[in-house]
Amino acid sequence: MTFPIKVNGTTHTVDVEGDTPLLWVLRDVLGLTGTKYGCGIAQCGACTVHIDGDPVRSCLLPVASIGERAITTIEGIGATQAGASVQKAWLDLEVIQCGYCQSGQIMSATALLAKNPHPDDADIDAAMAGNICRCGTYVRIREAIKRVGGEA
Amino acid sequence: MNQQAGFSRRGLLKTSLAGGFVLAFHWPVKAAPVNEPEQPPDHPEGQFAANAFIRIDKTGKITLVMPQAEMGQGVYTAIAMILAEELDADFSKVRLEHSPPSDKLYGNPLFGVQVTGNSNSIRAFWDKLRAAGAAARMMLIEAAAQQWQVEPTSCTAADSKVLHAASNRTLSYGDLADAAAKVPVPEKPELKDPKTFKLIGKPLKRFDTPNKSDGKTIYGIDAMVPDMKFATLAQCPVLGGKVKHADDSAAKKVPGVRQVVVLDDLVAVVGDHMWAAWQGLDALNVTWDEGPNAKISSTDIWNELRAASGKDGAVAKSEGDVAKGLTQGERFDADYELPFLAHATLEPQNCTVRLTPGACEIWTGTQVQTRAQEYAAKAAGVPIDKVTVYNHYIGGGFGRRLEADMVGSAVRIAKEVSTPVKVVWTREEDMQHDVYRPAYRDTISASLSNGKIVAWKYKVTGSSVLARWLPPAFQNGIDGDAVDSAVDMPYDIANKRVEYVRAEPTGLTTGFWRGVGPNNNVFAIESFMDELARKAKMDPIAFRLGMLDGTPRLKAALKVVAEKSGWGSPLPARVGRGVCAQPSFGSFIATVVEAEVDDVGAVHLRRITCAVDTGIAVNPDTIAAQLQGGLIFGLTAALWGEVTIEKGRVQQSNFNNYRMLRIDETPPIEVHIIESGEHPGGIGETGATAGPPALRNAIYAATGVPLRRLPIDRAAIAVKKA
Repeated sequence: MTFPIKVNGTTHTVDVEGDTPLLWVLRDVLGLTGTKYGCGIAQCGACTVHIDGDPVRSCLLPVASIGERAITTIEGIGATQAGASVQKAWLDLEVIQCGYCQSGQIMSATALLAKNPHPDDADIDAAMAGNICRCGTYVRIREAIKRVGGEA
Repeated sequence: MNQQAGFSRRGLLKTSLAGGFVLAFHWPVKAAPVNEPEQPPDHPEGQFAANAFIRIDKTGKITLVMPQAEMGQGVYTAIAMILAEELDADFSKVRLEHSPPSDKLYGNPLFGVQVTGNSNSIRAFWDKLRAAGAAARMMLIEAAAQQWQVEPTSCTAADSKVLHAASNRTLSYGDLADAAAKVPVPEKPELKDPKTFKLIGKPLKRFDTPNKSDGKTIYGIDAMVPDMKFATLAQCPVLGGKVKHADDSAAKKVPGVRQVVVLDDLVAVVGDHMWAAWQGLDALNVTWDEGPNAKISSTDIWNELRAASGKDGAVAKSEGDVAKGLTQGERFDADYELPFLAHATLEPQNCTVRLTPGACEIWTGTQVQTRAQEYAAKAAGVPIDKVTVYNHYIGGGFGRRLEADMVGSAVRIAKEVSTPVKVVWTREEDMQHDVYRPAYRDTISASLSNGKIVAWKYKVTGSSVLARWLPPAFQNGIDGDAVDSAVDMPYDIANKRVEYVRAEPTGLTTGFWRGVGPNNNVFAIESFMDELARKAKMDPIAFRLGMLDGTPRLKAALKVVAEKSGWGSPLPARVGRGVCAQPSFGSFIATVVEAEVDDVGAVHLRRITCAVDTGIAVNPDTIAAQLQGGLIFGLTAALWGEVTIEKGRVQQSNFNNYRMLRIDETPPIEVHIIESGEHPGGIGETGATAGPPALRNAIYAATGVPLRRLPIDRAAIAVKKA
């Protein structure tokens, strides 16, 4: 079947089964490899994208369920004010190590800050606890979010 | 344990609906347009190459070739800093390149082969990289001096230029590239006085992170080759089992499935994308020959290990008279046990392969470029020099990518497929077919007199990774890694004996895991030190300080951490501080973990403080980051990590039943770097080693329960109901 999907402002028509998770459409069909596969069961958050601004685990999101809603990936998030601020803070504080989880971390953090510009520790815990970082960059992730939020 | 029985991916799908600086990638083919790297491939011909690490072209472009793999530890930036420091290069303009496989050019001086591991990159390459940078600088200065007809000693270099101050003339490195290439390589390059370092010692920004912040970085799993298909594989759920029969009729009906590959030891499904391949694999009806391991359980393996630990071991260290010493003062004995662990790199194992007649190309992220090349050559049946390895940034190594099994199997699959193929392991396959951190049992006896240890007898029992991985390194029954940080334990004890008993678990293959041998030994030693301090009725830090005169750098770190952590200040009930002191990997690190144990035995991390003397800290921000992250890696294992076996099958499968520490469980972590002019030490492994004993000792302080096994047993530390 074919599905038109809107990714980072551009509409693509993809020919896949409707139950294909968005993750594999992005990575293997469209070649947008910034979104990562980590677990396939929504446990690690590496595949996080935005659907109309909300953070969603693309590894479990069937492409047929998206419809006309806008998909934003790590490749496009820098075009938003919150996304650019998060990316800058990530680099200013040198958050990233191996970087494999960081697309997802940045997408989750951007969604948080777009809705809640001054998150406290509990807000950060709630928004970010679904994203695993195997390198253990959590201390700096928290600091970077607070920096964007104007608290650090 | 929330096992995967009844855990349906399809079921989850239904319920989820609510829900400046670029690296050259040696990218010889047109990739998918969206992930083609921004930096064009470099052509080394005609450039000034003083050695294998530095190339300068006529435009002044400086390319630094990275002998080690970047897996997040920041080593590319540190290596570039060392090379650029001695080269006097304009650091803002250098570009980095992954090294091709070559033990000769890029072998780690401590291993003799091209390996990134054991926290060896900077401490092993320090002298070599400095000499490489200095040699190139001297050649450029010589070239300029010849042109100006002045003495080289009257010239200086800075920011990729040579300056003759007396005549106020300058020449750029680009202008000098052709002439410098004709200058003989100096036999003894003159190294800089460390006091004049401009880059080393500064918290400079990393080269690799900008592209990791916007999705541009290409990991092995992101490789795209024209006409490529996607595959995923399954090995026998019983470790070591084989394929008996595979019925592919249903698999071939899955839309997007192109081919089913059945080999002796695995099956793979090839499709138009990973999802098609995966659906095909789920539909493939495989009958396995489970082989000899089908009845093995963790209980059996632990029984074997405990029995083996009763034997005498090979003597790795002997000083004084331990037998006599153990009769002097009061004697204490304890045993410590550590479980099998999976690596769980967030980037699952993968390898992309293109076979052409007589040649093989692979795209992957590896810690062992030459080993990957050998595995590919053997599987493809081509000479080693016909295998091209395109290495990538690595999405977590931790020792898993010191192996090349994922390369060998991918090439074997590719031999059955007419197109290039990317083989990606599912998380479940990755976790259930890992090479596991060995389970260890450590037995210790010590005698105590007047607050000091008189004699210390220590025996490690466990699998030898080294005997499998680098057989020549296993000598006289001793695995040097398995006894690392035990033979060189830091405390002043007159009578010491360290033994090693090699005991291989049936069915499992074991591998290096972040922290390697010291991970086990530091845990046992530092746990027992706390128990001995309590027997001596002494403060744990004071007890250690009394026996550290022979290791003054560790003694100093311990004093710093005591002060910075607020050691000794009052704490609420069931909150404790625990300490770990370790002299491992050439760095001297003292760590204090503060933790609370609640009534049901759940552990809450409150604060972590660390003091480190790692010698010259090439990039202090990286040192801090590695300790922060390494501590979390180690604490994750201490709190939850254990791989168990039933009926020959690994029971853990994904992050739902193999837990990772998350941000809401992570406390503030302070790292204090002690100024030092000593040779740089290792850092990547150290936090993983420091965390578990410090946490275990914090729990001991909070509850009085001396845990002797990891992961932490909540029931043992819960408040007992009357």
